[in-house]
Amino acid sequence: MNMLTEAAIENRLSPMSNERAVKMQGRDVTVHYGEKQALFGISLDIPENQVTALIGPSGCGKSTFLRCLNRMNDTIDVARIGGKITLDGQDIYDKAIDVVELRARVGMVFQKPNPFPKSIYENVAYGPRIHGLTRNKTELDGIVEESLKKAALWNEVKDRLHESGTGLSGGQQQRLCIARTIAVSPEVILMDEPCSALDPIATAKVEELMDELKQNYTIVIVTHSMQQAARVSQRTAFFHLGVLVEEGPTDTIFTSPHDKRTQDYITGRFG
Amino acid sequence: MSDAAIFTGAAPAKARRDIGIKRRYAAEQRFRLYGIIAIGIGIFFLLALMVSVFTKGYTAFWQTSIDLPITFDAAVIDPDNERASDPNVLLTANYPRLAQNALVAKLGIDPGNRALVKQAGGMISAGSRTQLRDMVVADPSIIGTTRNVWVLATADVDSAFKGQVDLSVDEARRKVSDQQVEWMNKLAGEGTIAQRWNSGLFLFGASSRPETAGMGVAIIGSIYMMVIVLVLALPIGVAASIYLEEFAPKNRFTDLVEVNINNLAAVPSIVFGLLGLAVFINFLDFPRSASIVGGLVLTLMTLPTIIIATRASLRAVPPSIRSAALGLGASKMQMVFHHVLPLAAPGILTGTIIGLAQALGETAPLLLIGMVAFVADYPTTPLDPATALPVQIYMWANEAERAFVERTSGAIIILLAFLAVMNIGAIVLRRRFERRW
Repeated sequence: MNMLTEAAIENRLSPMSNERAVKMQGRDVTVHYGEKQALFGISLDIPENQVTALIGPSGCGKSTFLRCLNRMNDTIDVARIGGKITLDGQDIYDKAIDVVELRARVGMVFQKPNPFPKSIYENVAYGPRIHGLTRNKTELDGIVEESLKKAALWNEVKDRLHESGTGLSGGQQQRLCIARTIAVSPEVILMDEPCSALDPIATAKVEELMDELKQNYTIVIVTHSMQQAARVSQRTAFFHLGVLVEEGPTDTIFTSPHDKRTQDYITGRFG
Repeated sequence: MSDAAIFTGAAPAKARRDIGIKRRYAAEQRFRLYGIIAIGIGIFFLLALMVSVFTKGYTAFWQTSIDLPITFDAAVIDPDNERASDPNVLLTANYPRLAQNALVAKLGIDPGNRALVKQAGGMISAGSRTQLRDMVVADPSIIGTTRNVWVLATADVDSAFKGQVDLSVDEARRKVSDQQVEWMNKLAGEGTIAQRWNSGLFLFGASSRPETAGMGVAIIGSIYMMVIVLVLALPIGVAASIYLEEFAPKNRFTDLVEVNINNLAAVPSIVFGLLGLAVFINFLDFPRSASIVGGLVLTLMTLPTIIIATRASLRAVPPSIRSAALGLGASKMQMVFHHVLPLAAPGILTGTIIGLAQALGETAPLLLIGMVAFVADYPTTPLDPATALPVQIYMWANEAERAFVERTSGAIIILLAFLAVMNIGAIVLRRRFERRW
């Protein structure tokens, strides 16, 4: 534990990411799916309490990288991961790290809203329940309410908490999934194209929500929409063909990219 | 480009528009017709089967009985008056004599005319022995009194009364004599011979006399076997499927297991019967003809069905649900038991019930393990000899008497009713538990 905090402090002091402490860090991350290599030596810092956007054309490896951050790739039999990824300075692929605990600290919101086919209340309460975060019903009720409020969904569902979560609209479902993720008090929230299945109004709501959430959480978002990356993120990383081409403050990436490929992509010349 | 061509009405546009719309619709119409014909053939044969079975079998549910004022004469039951000291007297007494006496008195026959008395006695089923004995043993105080009792008529009288016997045939060539038919008509006029609900069909055990033969033993044997199959095959099958589908690494070994499970589902049931005979009876020394062996063999047969159905329904659970659970930090076990299994449950239930229904109708393996036996007494445990519903049908179909023909069809109706109840249950359960996502 001591070592951990020291490492964390060291990270905080490192000048790597404009004053912000580094929450997660990837070093030379490679991923193979069987014979095929999907990621080639990605090194990326995820600063704390900021939104980091991963952009790039389809199949560029941004989702693969995102899924490395909470070891969701472990569920794919043929996937092999190399390099090092740390959370607060601790290697998350270390044998001492329990993947279940890691996923509680690094939550994930998926592309398609995927609420459990249970009540809204049960959806949110499931995480706290399996992690033993509460001692009684009152505490659990509190967490559910708080999470739904943070996900800006409380006012819409407070009178029908015991109706099915799948009966909500797409945008509400996605916010329910965010509430469900928040309920286990993660430190990092990974979002894999969270708005791609949503209409513009629901998208706006989720984006607004991300902006609020970054006060308390570190957010990494994969998105296909460059406007969205520009709107919500503070830092942007551009992936292409499994390589991290360029990474930096969002303003810089979108106004004066260094790499030709980045420029071509954000100006819509390919992708 | 094509739009432009269409709008200008140029020659290529016409060529492009000639896509054979009429032919397409004609093809669709033909296909629909084929489908309707296929379904029609299926329904025709189903109806033919149903009509044939029901027309032959419905009469089995009613059995002819004669209402007799039976005097429980102490002189017949206990001529030496020893019943106080020897309770066996009540068990071995000549009860058919009581019924015969009652009928003789009722028909006004001279008790001295032995030939006529014998013919009259021949109308009453030997089943009256157990019926009257049970009455006396249950309540010995009825000895000496007279009670009206409906006793079963013999199968021959039953057939004649149901109109199944051609009475124009020469008397010597049929089993019911003209005298008996005359008495039968006389009794019918008085309303003391009638067709009554045949509860014996469901309650009696095996018997060589059709009127006292029933499916009681077969029903109990089948129930024992279904319970054994359910208790063994469901947990083993579901556990195996969950392991294969969710936990096992995908490698050559699991591929091999999968191929073998699918093969197992296609193995002829008689082979399972031989296996059961070799392993359970010869090697493990289980009793012959026992429902436990039948249950074990049917479990082996049902397992592949349940495993295949369970795996299919586990695979049908959307991966997004698994991701959601894992992403929240659920362990794989929690993911399976909290989310995947409940969603797969309707499919598993349906598969299990269909597997059970299959097992219920299975005959061949049971013949090999000796469940084709003459069992008159109810099996009290699964270790006792028993038969099964389809085996009972097989055995009755082999009997020669006319009365067994209707019983065979009646037994088929009962088996079909069991199957229908199970399959309807499967549909109801699926409807009730089916969830959308």
